[in-house]
Amino acid sequence: MNSQFSEAQLQEVKRLTSRYPEGRQKSALIPVLHLAQNTFGGWLSKEVMDYVAGLLSIKPIEVYEVASFYTMFNLQPVGKHLLEVCQTGPCMLNGSESIIDYIYEKLGIRPGETTADGLFTLKTVECLGACGYAPMLQLGEHYREHLTKEKIDALIESCKSNRANA
Amino acid sequence: MADEIKKAPAAVKVTIDNITVEVPAGTTILNAARQIGGDVTPPAMCYYSKLEGSGGKCRTCLVEVAAGSAADPRPMPKLVASCRTTVMDGMVVKNITSDRVQDARAGVVEFLLLNHPLDCPVCDQAGECHLQDLGYEHGKEGTRYEFNRRTFEKEDIGPTIQLHMNRCILCYRCTYVADQLTDNRVHGVLDRGDHAQISTYISKAIDNNFSGNMIDVCPVGALTDKTFRFKNRVWFTKPVDAHRDCPDCCGKVTLWQRGDEVLRVTARKDEWGEVKSYDGKPGWICNTCRFEKKKASDWTIEGPTVINRHSVISQGHYLNKQQPKETIQEVMGGLKPRLLMDIHEVSEVNKLELSELPGAATSQQYKTNSNESSNKTV
Amino acid sequence: MGRKLLLEKAHVENIRSYDVYRKEGGYRSVEKALKTLSPDQVTEEVKKSGLRGRGGAGFPTGMKWSFLAKPEGVPRYLVVNADESEPGTFKDRYLMEFIPHLLIEGMIVSSYALGSNNSYIYIRGEYAWITHILEQAIEEARQNGWLGKNILGTGFDCDIFVQRGAGAYICGEETALLESLEGKRGNPRIKPPFPAVKGLWGCPTVVNNVETIAALVPIINEGGEEYAKIGIGKSTGTKLISACGNINKPGVYEIDMTISVEEFIYSDEYCGGIPKGRKLKACIPGGSSVPILPANLLLKTAKGETRMMTYESLADGGFATGSMMGSGGFIVMDDSQCVVRHTYTLARFYRHESCGQCSPCREGTGWMEKILWNIETGKGKMSDIDLLWDIQRKIEGNTICPLGDAAAWPVAAAIRHFRDEFEWHVTNPQEAQQRNYGLAHYADALAVPVA
Ligand SMILES: Cc1cc2nc3c(=O)[nH]c(=O)nc-3n(C[C@H](O)[C@H](O)[C@H](O)COP(=O)(O)O)c2cc1C
Ligand code: SF4
Ligand code: SF4
Ligand code: FES
Ligand code: FES
Repeated sequence: MNSQFSEAQLQEVKRLTSRYPEGRQKSALIPVLHLAQNTFGGWLSKEVMDYVAGLLSIKPIEVYEVASFYTMFNLQPVGKHLLEVCQTGPCMLNGSESIIDYIYEKLGIRPGETTADGLFTLKTVECLGACGYAPMLQLGEHYREHLTKEKIDALIESCKSNRANA
Repeated sequence: MADEIKKAPAAVKVTIDNITVEVPAGTTILNAARQIGGDVTPPAMCYYSKLEGSGGKCRTCLVEVAAGSAADPRPMPKLVASCRTTVMDGMVVKNITSDRVQDARAGVVEFLLLNHPLDCPVCDQAGECHLQDLGYEHGKEGTRYEFNRRTFEKEDIGPTIQLHMNRCILCYRCTYVADQLTDNRVHGVLDRGDHAQISTYISKAIDNNFSGNMIDVCPVGALTDKTFRFKNRVWFTKPVDAHRDCPDCCGKVTLWQRGDEVLRVTARKDEWGEVKSYDGKPGWICNTCRFEKKKASDWTIEGPTVINRHSVISQGHYLNKQQPKETIQEVMGGLKPRLLMDIHEVSEVNKLELSELPGAATSQQYKTNSNESSNKTV
Repeated sequence: MGRKLLLEKAHVENIRSYDVYRKEGGYRSVEKALKTLSPDQVTEEVKKSGLRGRGGAGFPTGMKWSFLAKPEGVPRYLVVNADESEPGTFKDRYLMEFIPHLLIEGMIVSSYALGSNNSYIYIRGEYAWITHILEQAIEEARQNGWLGKNILGTGFDCDIFVQRGAGAYICGEETALLESLEGKRGNPRIKPPFPAVKGLWGCPTVVNNVETIAALVPIINEGGEEYAKIGIGKSTGTKLISACGNINKPGVYEIDMTISVEEFIYSDEYCGGIPKGRKLKACIPGGSSVPILPANLLLKTAKGETRMMTYESLADGGFATGSMMGSGGFIVMDDSQCVVRHTYTLARFYRHESCGQCSPCREGTGWMEKILWNIETGKGKMSDIDLLWDIQRKIEGNTICPLGDAAAWPVAAAIRHFRDEFEWHVTNPQEAQQRNYGLAHYADALAVPVA
């Protein structure tokens, strides 16, 4: 895959690094990695990380160290739609386990697995700060809250017809 | 500010386990305790005085501060990491005289060993491993852990250094070496929590003339010298101090020999297991000295190395061995708790004067000599 | 009806936009502070207000500000902690999502008091859409002259930037947050030095929670003394509580700290009671890290006094019979819930979120999780319960940062108050897979109050 940012994205990298004092451009690493992950297929390959290291004039290992620390960065390819279901206490009290089971029933995937067609990956995550609206999951940049089986059905349908996850 | 720096640092008094010393202001509790020496010195698995920023992580050096300072004699509520806490004038510290410290330290040792493979029989570090020493001195027999131990894939980081991540205690020392001694760090700490690991991410060779020092700072057998791999047990080798004119480093080393063969070259270590300093500079050695000068003729031999750590290697009856200072009875009011294990009481192995043997020790010698030498004392 | 200072306007239509916010009296505190008060006078008002940090520890904010080192020629920074990852807590999100200008306004005033010309909001990475909301609000504020150079002609320059994290609870710990903001792994720093002396990029820095900084707006508008009149004792002002679990009306509530816990759970103004006619079993009143309390100790202190929603009253009895206000994450459990399973999920959370720097936390959290899983799934032994107790005891207080304590406390409190539920799992492994233990004797059967 071509892992180069577009001109507009390079401008964005410039804007990000300009928010810090001279010589502190490394501070932009996490925002730039978000940008890279969004741009290059939802995950960070070694090539992408090396590219980011070059952009910020830091060593590749500094990028690997950071990318592997934070759970939002995927170091392996993931499905087109990443379903991240919260499983922590407050969500568990409100039935997150049955949501995970239901997704398995619908898609045949357990946490960590991707459907054969590469459309869905299921991931369990820890508290996302939506405990009052449990059970919940994150899809792309947005939260889906007060989940029910019906809502899961609708969500999966709309992903399949490619309307969700905008 | 500039004026302040010019002034010689004021001396402060600190009392550790009932022994009072005077140290320059800004000294850490650990370094003050090292001045006293012996058993009142807390064990330190991650701190390394020559590596900036090291320490604070392993928590083996925790001590109790019974009085913060003369000005504010309140005790500190939590145990503190002695390697990262500076002394104040009139501070009172308890290490081996504190039950709380002993209890917490036993906990830390148990945590450090929890996922450790305990593969000392096949580990090249055995005999000079700080974790072994720590386990003997502070550990409990048996483990309460009933789960599978965490394992990692073995990683090759070039032709000279072997990484066994399973043994790593994440002291971070090797990353500081790479940051502070080399110009291009290619390994680091990846992932987090109980999956954190030392790695290059892509099995890259660490290629830098000072990278071998990572082996010397590693307190366990996670980073070992591949050129020495399985060649011998350290306690069967004879360490001698030697030097050569090296254009890149101080050239002052310890050769680990068997007969005339040089099995391994390391930097010289002090009684805390750290690389010795010369003229205030740490005596790091370059990879040429470490990995390529394996003939006795490459070196000018100075004489047998003084081994003064209370490690198992020092049980090898080397010449010039210095016994560590024993302060324990002094500070414990004459009591003699079982803190140190005398390897002779439990081991049938090292009852020979190794340095007196002409060549390598063989099983034959153990059979014939063990009885008569067993009542020799050091 | 309690007083609302932060969320009073949160439901005005379009309050998210600058024009509406301004029309409703927004940015008055900036005018007042920059034009009529010196930076030190602003700090003085904060001290008078008795405001305590809303991020969890409850440290007096005015005092924290006065510790900030002010060496000549070195920049100082204000960093707002919007990492909000403590299970049970979602109040900062609510505030930023619905009334973002309140945070921006509070930040300008605080930056003025602290002398910070570049201030940062560090927001948890998952709150991606809130990042856009905040950036939009900042842009509007800049266009209207509240940010940028020479604000209101006073000579004070200030800019605000939003930085996203990427999934790590530990980055809520202030020094881990600063590391992360510097583009590094979120490893907490070893203190001292404290951020007030050496923080962001080695410069003096104050880190405050979102709600703490938002509270600056009413404090400056009404004056510190007026603010301090709300509440009881050292619990001054209003507090956002995010309520979740088994209650009829989960959500974010602003309380003035004068109501009882019972009122908070059962009144229609707040949580609206327990659904499906079930009974209250237990509650974690201040976010997952604070001790769980059984119903009887939740509603009344050990001395038999009514427990109030204040810092002091929630902590009454210490860890033996009390808990903490913490971050205000109020997690309610009814009699159908299993304390062992809930504690297990929290142990898993802390294992997952440990940065792995120090050995007690790195190794101990995973060990506790595994033992709890055994007990929960019927494979536990009686001795495991004592072992858990011993492990948590050896983690607590012996780690670099308070995450170790935060992992130890929930386990300790669950065993302290619910030991027989743990034992029942061990002695009835089969039955424990079929049903939950229920209420037992922990909770006095409480008559459900008629609204
Ligand atoms: C593990 C851990 C996680 C924390 N998470 C948060 C958080 O998400 N948000 C927050 O405001 N404070 C959090 N804190 C507290 C901060 O370290 C810090 O005390 C707080 O931001 C100070 O702000 P305040 O004085 O306004 O409360 C956390 C602390 C620890 C130890
Ligand atoms: S490999 Fe050795 S030196 Fe490096 S962190 Fe692990 S134990 Fe420490
Ligand atoms: S207590 Fe846990 S999170 Fe905190 S520094 Fe230690 S390992 Fe990291
Ligand atoms: S527990 Fe699921 S969002 Fe908080
Ligand atoms: S030596 Fe002090 S914490 Fe490791």
